[in-house]
Amino acid sequence: MTDSAVETRAGEPIIELRHVDKWYGEFRALKDINLEVKKGERVVVCGPSGSGKSTMIRCINRLEEHQQGQIIVAGIELTANVKNIEAIRREVGMVFQQFNLFPHLTVLENLTLAPIWVRKSPRKEAEETARLYLERVRIPEQADKYPGQLSGGQQQRVAIARSLCMKPEIMLFDEPTSALDPEMIKEVLDVMIELAQEGMTMVCVTHEMGFARTVADTMVFMDRGEIVERGPPKEFFANPQSDRTKLFLSQILSH
Amino acid sequence: MADVDVTQELPLPVERPRPVTSSPIAWLRANLFNSIPNTILTLAALYLLAVIIPPVIRWAFIDAVWHAETGRACHAGGACWAFIAEKGRFILFGRFPYAEHWRPLFTVVIFIAMILASCDRRLWGRRLAVLWLAGLIAVGVLMWGGVLGMTYVETSLWNGLPLTLILATVGMVFAFPLAILLALGRRSQLPAVRGICVGYIELVRGVPLITVLFMASVMLPLFLPTGMTIDKLLRAQVAFILFAAAYLAEIIRGGLQAIPRGQYEAADSLGLGYWRRTRLIVLPQALAMVIPPLVNSFIGGFKNTTLVIIIGLFDLLGAANAALTDPNWQGFYIEAYVFSAAIYWTFCFFMSRYSQMLEREFNRGRRR
Repeated sequence: MTDSAVETRAGEPIIELRHVDKWYGEFRALKDINLEVKKGERVVVCGPSGSGKSTMIRCINRLEEHQQGQIIVAGIELTANVKNIEAIRREVGMVFQQFNLFPHLTVLENLTLAPIWVRKSPRKEAEETARLYLERVRIPEQADKYPGQLSGGQQQRVAIARSLCMKPEIMLFDEPTSALDPEMIKEVLDVMIELAQEGMTMVCVTHEMGFARTVADTMVFMDRGEIVERGPPKEFFANPQSDRTKLFLSQILSH
Repeated sequence: MADVDVTQELPLPVERPRPVTSSPIAWLRANLFNSIPNTILTLAALYLLAVIIPPVIRWAFIDAVWHAETGRACHAGGACWAFIAEKGRFILFGRFPYAEHWRPLFTVVIFIAMILASCDRRLWGRRLAVLWLAGLIAVGVLMWGGVLGMTYVETSLWNGLPLTLILATVGMVFAFPLAILLALGRRSQLPAVRGICVGYIELVRGVPLITVLFMASVMLPLFLPTGMTIDKLLRAQVAFILFAAAYLAEIIRGGLQAIPRGQYEAADSLGLGYWRRTRLIVLPQALAMVIPPLVNSFIGGFKNTTLVIIIGLFDLLGAANAALTDPNWQGFYIEAYVFSAAIYWTFCFFMSRYSQMLEREFNRGRRR
């Protein structure tokens, strides 16, 4: 299951961000971000829109480039080195707000594409794995359909399964339920909760505070490109320290 | 969690279907005479058809002459299909040695077979590439000869339909991959690559094909060292490839631009890398989106091959023109042009139908 190159003892940090800065032109999107995620840890990142939380997790697999500081993932430092970037991306799965399934491929082909071309798995093995994960996200019967024929909730579950087929060490979730109709949010969250219970290292940007309470080991609150507050969910929700956190929580929990 | 299949449709309230009348009179009334302007248009169209069709039929069939020894036997008024019967073979194969006409005939058959085989998506892949390579070698052997007991035939005698098919097919087979590289290059992050591709595309697109052909046939030899010559057909073929590639590149770039960023990000996050991302995710979607303009360009390119006549190559149309110069068969322009137009039309119509089929197939995944 585990690539020997990224073998890490439980409790050891698997993601480290040290003094990370990022600018979009004049705009400073990330300010001196320091974050450590241990193997098996579940981190939920929240904050108002535009606070840099998506930018931060997109830096972890280099979908965005940071300009200063260090990012080390599974023991590999992210630099402009393409080999390193691809090595990290193999170990880091990502689920997007807009699903981003490949519309020209069937569900099964979506799931087997990367294992076959990147991991070099034999097709038969890749298909078996794919069906296993489809079973786990509870849509085995949709294997031969195209993404456009599925509901949003089903598409997002396929997207999760697609990432899992690469057997990643870490899963990043970038607002996975924000584009979903309310009645489909639960089916996606249920899959994510199961994944958390199995010990997957997860970094999750989400506004689903119920989900955060259930699975998070650590809550991180970001505002204006900075990490304002962090801590275990119990204390975070019961006794927020900063005014900005209090304001955000009062807004998001009031309805 | 109870899994609810959300895509499953609930039975809709049954609507009583509208009574379908199938009688022809009801159909006519509903479609052709349902309003006063429509009735006027219908009558006007009928009048035009009545004026045009009978004379055409009389000319093409009733008054037509099917057998004659020379053009003088063809009396005025009807089509002289005897001209085609006599000259058809010349129009198709031109000045290729008469006894060896089976060779260009086989060439045409090989091309049509390869094109038909390429239409089947299940065959797309390495085997098809091998088939094309084998086919093109076979065509080369057949046309040039000089081996296996076949006499050598120089390229200036490759006339008529085989020439048209060689120029068009080989042109597209090479122009298409080149166009993909140009389109990708134009969107490259590397300034040098992007600059070369933009420069190339803008330069070639700004020049008429005739000019490119003239340069290839007249100017290029001036720059070559004395004693060195490049075959005229090869020069025209290369000019044609370079020209078509610039146009196709811009069409493909249009498709590339329509791919949402999320597709790139999803491919990146799976660790696919640039070339696999391009080949497996981006290009299949981009090309499927631009099938109509691509086929439009292919059809245009196929007909553009007729321009090689100005540098002295006799393609199908050129051979038809040459056939008209026979003193025994003079003045049968309409017959010659109808004959060659019918051949062009058949190929273009096939391309158009095939593209529609392909579009339907590729859009399958996008439909809800």
